[in-house]
Parts: sequence; structure tokens; C-alpha cells
Amino acid sequence: MAMERQFCTFHLDDLFLGIEVLKVQEVIRTQEMTRVPLAPRAVRGLINLRGQIVTAVDLRERLGLAPLAEGRHPMNVVVRTDEGAVSLLVDEIGDVLDTDEDTYEGPPETLSAQARELIRGVYKLPERLLLILDTEKALALEFAEAGR
Amino acid sequence: MSDMDDIVKEFLVESSEGLDQLDRNLVALEQAPGDKALLASIFRCIHTIKGTSGFLGFGKLESVTHVGESLLSDLRDGKKVLTPEITSALLQLVDAVRSMLSAVEANGTDGDKEFPELVALLTRLQKGEAAPAPAGKAEGAAPAKKGRKSGPTAVVAEPAAPVPQAVIPPPAPAVVAPAPVAEVPSAVAQAEAAEVKGPQASDSNIRVDVGLLDKLMNLVGELVLARNQILQYTATQEDSGFVATTQRLNLITTELQEGVMKTRMQPIGNVWAKFPRVVRDLALACKKQVRIEMEGKETELDKTIIEAIKDPLTHIVRNSVDHGLELPAERVAKGKPAEGRLLLRAYHEGGQVNIEISDDGGGINTERVKAKAIQKGVITAEQAARMGERELVNLVFAPGFSTAEQVSNISGRGVGMDVVKTNIEKIGGTVDIHSVAGQGTTLKIRIPLTLAIIPALIVSAGEDRFAIPQVSLLELVRLEGEEAQKGIEMVYGAPVYRLRGRLLPLVNLAHALRRQDGFWSPTRAPDEAVNIVVLQADDHAFGLVVQEINDTEEIVVKPLGKQLKGIGAFAGATIMGDGRVALILDVSGLAQQAAVFSERSRRAQGAAEATTRAQAADENRQMLLLFRLGADRRMAIPLSMVARLEEFTRGSIEHAGHHQVVQYRGRLLPLLRLSELLGDAGAAEERETLSVVVYAHEGRDVGLVVENITDIVEEALTVHRRSRGGAVFGSAVIQGKVTDLLDVRALIDGNDVLLFTGAESELATAGV
Repeated sequence: MAMERQFCTFHLDDLFLGIEVLKVQEVIRTQEMTRVPLAPRAVRGLINLRGQIVTAVDLRERLGLAPLAEGRHPMNVVVRTDEGAVSLLVDEIGDVLDTDEDTYEGPPETLSAQARELIRGVYKLPERLLLILDTEKALALEFAEAGR
Repeated sequence: MSDMDDIVKEFLVESSEGLDQLDRNLVALEQAPGDKALLASIFRCIHTIKGTSGFLGFGKLESVTHVGESLLSDLRDGKKVLTPEITSALLQLVDAVRSMLSAVEANGTDGDKEFPELVALLTRLQKGEAAPAPAGKAEGAAPAKKGRKSGPTAVVAEPAAPVPQAVIPPPAPAVVAPAPVAEVPSAVAQAEAAEVKGPQASDSNIRVDVGLLDKLMNLVGELVLARNQILQYTATQEDSGFVATTQRLNLITTELQEGVMKTRMQPIGNVWAKFPRVVRDLALACKKQVRIEMEGKETELDKTIIEAIKDPLTHIVRNSVDHGLELPAERVAKGKPAEGRLLLRAYHEGGQVNIEISDDGGGINTERVKAKAIQKGVITAEQAARMGERELVNLVFAPGFSTAEQVSNISGRGVGMDVVKTNIEKIGGTVDIHSVAGQGTTLKIRIPLTLAIIPALIVSAGEDRFAIPQVSLLELVRLEGEEAQKGIEMVYGAPVYRLRGRLLPLVNLAHALRRQDGFWSPTRAPDEAVNIVVLQADDHAFGLVVQEINDTEEIVVKPLGKQLKGIGAFAGATIMGDGRVALILDVSGLAQQAAVFSERSRRAQGAAEATTRAQAADENRQMLLLFRLGADRRMAIPLSMVARLEEFTRGSIEHAGHHQVVQYRGRLLPLLRLSELLGDAGAAEERETLSVVVYAHEGRDVGLVVENITDIVEEALTVHRRSRGGAVFGSAVIQGKVTDLLDVRALIDGNDVLLFTGAESELATAGV
């Protein structure tokens, strides 16, 4: 168990979230997106990342938050997965933070059920709470609405 | 140490090539036992493996091959004649060697298996005629000793020989790997070697890592994209120097693309090569006689495709031998030669490769298939009754339909035909099965040449662009002006277009891709032109209505992420010239999504709907359903009276009194055999399925059994009435041919027809 871990942080609505820095491939600005009909709601579209086609998943949708206000452009946090890169759309990108394992705790009860599914735990930072996103679960999309 | 590894690696590569060749040669040798050259080549290969393994210290491998070598040596010297038993034993030897080699590959030793039975078998076979070679017993001896011992045995053999001659020389010249082997059988018949069949290593070939080729292919893909982008940009430029350079770039890219694709091409013969052995073993196990024939071995396919079809093909071949071909006695009884024929054929056709696997066996028993499918719950009895022969045969591809009850250890290894189908469809191919009872079965596989870069038509729906693989494209139709408004007709809410007299079901792309959040709400201005892309999905054609048809382009197919894999409508994505991503449509997935081909009766529904419209349209013009009776009698009835078109199997016909009826939608439907009533000796009796026109007569239904239904036409009729035609009230010229017009009412009145009243039919429904 590593005592200190680094997290790439970002904002979603008033949530402050983090992903392990080693999982993040890169962070890029809003990209031109090709929407995908019949796809699960959370899939915002496909982006061209230097010749690689990357699926962009809307984290707001995944966490049950309201869509981003008109006129605001989300950032892409491109994460590595076993099946290639996937982009997570977030409101704003934060710093890379070192955390202390002692301040770690399981997800608080107060989180909405939908969010709690995807939050692995919480680091109690001095000023605020850093929620750790379970990227695998965040990217495991249901296909109920996209069936054949 | 690493030098050693290299040598071992080289040995493995060579040996496995040699073994593949051995498989083929052994089976070939069985056909032509007298072929000295073949025998020599087989001997040499085993000999080389033995020698090298001795040198590398794989003692077990060496001793097993040694026994085989002794046996081969006797064969070669004519002391022994090849029997099927010997061939089998030698093939087993090949398997044993192969398993040892994979052990070497896995952990650097030749494993702990010693194959005592095989050794004993080979020894016994060799000693069978008291041949004086004691070699079989000489196990565990030092490799060096055996190396010497093989010397005298290998009298005629060419030394280590062309087969394994390293194409790339071993990197460490200090280690003279094959040297001792090569020296053993010294004075040799070089002349004989020259004629030997077998892979001749050539200085003009080098081995290249497949990974490198894949990488090159990817890079070329990127280059093609960049080229497309530049070409698009050039279109707005006037600098002639720049334009000329771009054109050169264009040409070079295309050539490079072709070249790189070629490096990945392999003849399909590579996959087929193992089939003679598979078929031989299988035929022996099933006690069948099978002759395998191959045509078009040299047909080339992309390596990835070759890999992908390997297992499905093997499964199909096994199936054909196991289930398709009959036992020799059975065949003779049917008047066929005892030896079954399995034909593999491959050929290029229109940018695709067709592979056919046909046998001259018993064909597929559709009744059995049907019973099985119903039993397994794949289809309902009602569905089954409506299915045609061809649809029934294709049921073997349905998921959940496995020939489990006839599982042998040969077929039925968990790869059902549905897996075969999905695997082939995964690479953009199609499978079609055609079977004639008693005459055999043919499976036809159509696959694209390559997967990486394909030509595609770019279309748009809404503001999005989609790529349609050119292979599924049949034609483009554009309806303008009045056509655009009248050309598309509605059939129970499903649009159709009459394409040269045939009804083409239509799918509006924008509708098909509608999303729940409603951002796809396609609207069409009434006078806008309609673009129809006619596509081939599986066996059917359908029209895809798109807003705009753009260009064709070479696109690089990229896979979709896991999150999107479940959408059947897309086969992948690609990057367009302007750098944006476009989705590639999966034509058959799209058709399924839109449920274009849900059932055949949809066409009939269509017909019924079309009638009402026709009646309103024009008094003189009439919609007519055309059908045939007997061999060539053409008849027509007004479509307005037709409720549905159905197909029933003979088995579903029951009797009520002396009337023939079928159970139909919870009711009883009386059947009228037109050919009998109208005095035509029809051939309908022999057919397994009956085409039935369900005729609405005063609120009650009658089924008219016809030979087959040919068409639906709209015609202004000039009727030549008959004075007393009975049920035929006249004739008219339709589609340039004389056609009798049937008066169904007169037919019903003039015959003793059982009609079920509404009340009765309700009872019938309640009784179910």
C-alpha cells in the first residue's frame, strides 16, 4: 500500500474529483466531436486524437448531474484502459495533488446512489474533500437503451 | 546464451514449417505411395529435426524422431510398403514432435512426455517385416552416438537440405548449428534432391515480423488519411507546383498502400494445407471415404482475415465430413460413388473473396432442422410453418441451435455454426448455405480482401456523415420532383419503393438512428429529392434513405471503443479528410435494427395496404396479384381481395371432414387447391411448402393454394371475357403475357367449400 499517491484532479459541478495520475494519458481542450446515434446517453461522441478514435464519456451524465451550462466547453481527461484510450469530459481541470493515505476514507453515505457507485473513496484534504473516481465503473456503460 | 536462444528459435521456426509440410506430404504420399521424391523429402525433414534436436540437446525429441526416421528409411529403401496404419503412426509422430516443440518454445526443454506408445508403435511397424534395424530400442543413448548411427541409415538422403535452410542466417556464426547434421549423411544424391518437391529457400526472401507489418499498415493508414486531408486542401489552391506535388503524393501513397497490403497477403492455401490431414483423420474415424479437392489455393487474402477464417473453415470442413457425407455403403445404395467429395473453392469476385465448401453428401434435412429448432425454442412452430426451404436451412446458423444430440468428438466442439457465422460476420463477411436433399450442401463465404482500408460511400443524414462500405452497395437511386412524393409508398407504416417492379423495403437512416433524447427528428421538405442507397444485407436488398450522397473515399477502419460495441448499426469509425470522425455503418446490423426483414409476410401486408391506396387512385387501373399454376399457367386476382400471402408446410395441413384446412392465427383456414379445381395437373403436390393466397371472402378467409406467387402489378386491364369460363371469367395481357383472371367468388360458389363463420372461428379461438 503506497502511502502517498498522486491524483489528477478536476471539477464537476461542485464536486472535486480525482483520478490516479498514472491512469491519465493526457488532458486536452474541447475537441470537435462526432456524436454517435443509438449510443448510451453518457457517450457524448467520438474525437480524433491524433489519428486515434477516442470515445468521450460525459461524467456529469454518469454521476447524475445536470448537463453543463450552454456555452461552456468541457475538458477531455484522456485515460488509459485495457481497450485503448477513453476520454472523460469534465468541467475544469485542477492540479495534480499528492495525498496522504491516512486521510483516506470510504465514500460518504450522503452521496447519491448513482454517484456512490462510481466513487471509490474520499481523501480529506485540509480545505475540501477529494473524491476518487473509479474509472472502470465510470466507463462500464449500460446498454439497456442502446439495444439492437 | 542469447546466441543459443536464437538458434533454438530458428530451429523452432524451421521445424514447424517442416512439420506443416510433413502433414501435407504424408497425406499426399498416401495417394501416391510410389513417389520417391516425396518420401525423400519427408525423410529429410524428420532427419533434420532429429539431427538438430540432438545437437541442441533435446534428447527426448531426438529419440522419438529417430524411431520415425528408421521407419521412414525402410520405406524409402523399399523394404516396406506404406500402409494407412503407417501413415497414421507417422502423422502421430508429427503431432508428438509438434507438442514437444511447443514445450521447447514454452519452457526451453522438450517436455517430460516420452511418447512410449508411439515409439513402440513405430518400432513395431518397422519390425513388422523383420527389418533389421534395432534403432527403435536405442533410447537414452548419447545424442552424439545416435547422430552417428543415423549416418548409415541416411544413405540416399540429401543433407540438412533446403527445407530448413535458414532464410536469415543464424546470427552467431561461431555456433555452427546445423553443421554436424549436415555432415552426417555425406555423399548424397544431389541430383535427386534437385527434383525434390518442397519449399525451396530463396535468397530473395527474408522473414519479417508480423508486428512490424501491422505497424507499417497502420502508418500507411495514417498516411492515407493525411493524403486525403491534403487533397481536400489542394482543391482550394491554385499554386500549380503545389498541386502537381500533391498529385504525386497521391499516386505514391496509393502505390505504397497497395505494396504494404501485398506484404500482408497470403494464399488461402496456407489455411487449407492442413485440411487434407484433418479430413483424412476424420474420415478414418467416421469410417468414411473422402476425397478432398481444392481449387484456387493461390487466392490471396489479408493475413488478419486468413487468421480469422481459419477456425470457422475448419469447423465447416469437419461438419461436412462428419454430418454432410454419408457412409460408403449408404452412398453406394444411393447410387453415388463410395468416396465422398469435398470441394474447397476460392476465387476473387468484385473486390471480395468467395470461398465455397461443398460436399456431395445427403444435404440438410430441413424437417429435422425445423423440429430441432422448434424443440430448442429457436423459433415457434408457427414461424416454422411460414418459413421457406432456404430460411429453414439457414436456421443452422441461429444462435442456440446446435446439433448437440449428434455430437461426436469430431464436430460439436463448442463452436456451433452460429459462432462460425458471427466470426465471419465480424470480419465483414457473409455466409450462405445452400443444400439440396440427397445431393449435398454448399457453404459460401464471402469476405473482403482486407479489413484495414476499404472503399466506402460517404452519406449524410441530418448533419452527420456516415461511411457505407462499398461492398454492400448495389446501386444509388435518386427520386426527384413528383417521383419523390409518389415513389415511396407506405405499407402498414413501412415505406417501400418499387425498384424495377420489385418492392424494396426502405429504411430512413435518420429514423433508424433516432435517439431517445429526440435530437434526431428528421424532417423532409415535401419537394426535396429522395436519395436511396440500395444495399445488400445478408440475402436481402433494402434501400437506405439518406439526405445526401457524397463521395466515395478510401477509409481506414478503426474499431469502436468498448462503450459502443453493443450498437449493431456501426461497424467502426474512420477519420475523414477534414480530420473529423465519421461512423461506419454496419449494413446488416442496420437492417436488423430497423427490422426490415422481420418476416416474409410483411410483403403480403404490404400488398394488402397497397390495395386500398390503389383503389382510391384510379378506377381503370387495378392492382393485381399474379401467380402461377402448374408449369406455365399465369393467373391473376384483384389484390384488393387478398388478405395475406402465406406459406404452409405440407405437414401443417389437417383435415376437417373431407376438406383440407390449416390452423392459421387461431382459426381454421380452408384450403382450395386451385390446380385441382381448375383442372391443372399441378406440381404443387411434391413441394414441401405451399404458397397460399389468403383470400377474404365476405369476412371469411379462404386459402388458395397456388404454384407460386410471382408479382404484384398495377395495370389498366382490357379483359377478354369468356362466355362460360366458370371460375375463370376472362383473360388479359399482363406484362406482355396472357393471364387468366380468376373469379374467386364463382370458384367458391361452384365448389363445395367449407367456410367457417365468424362465430365458429371465435369458438375455435376460444378452444385453443
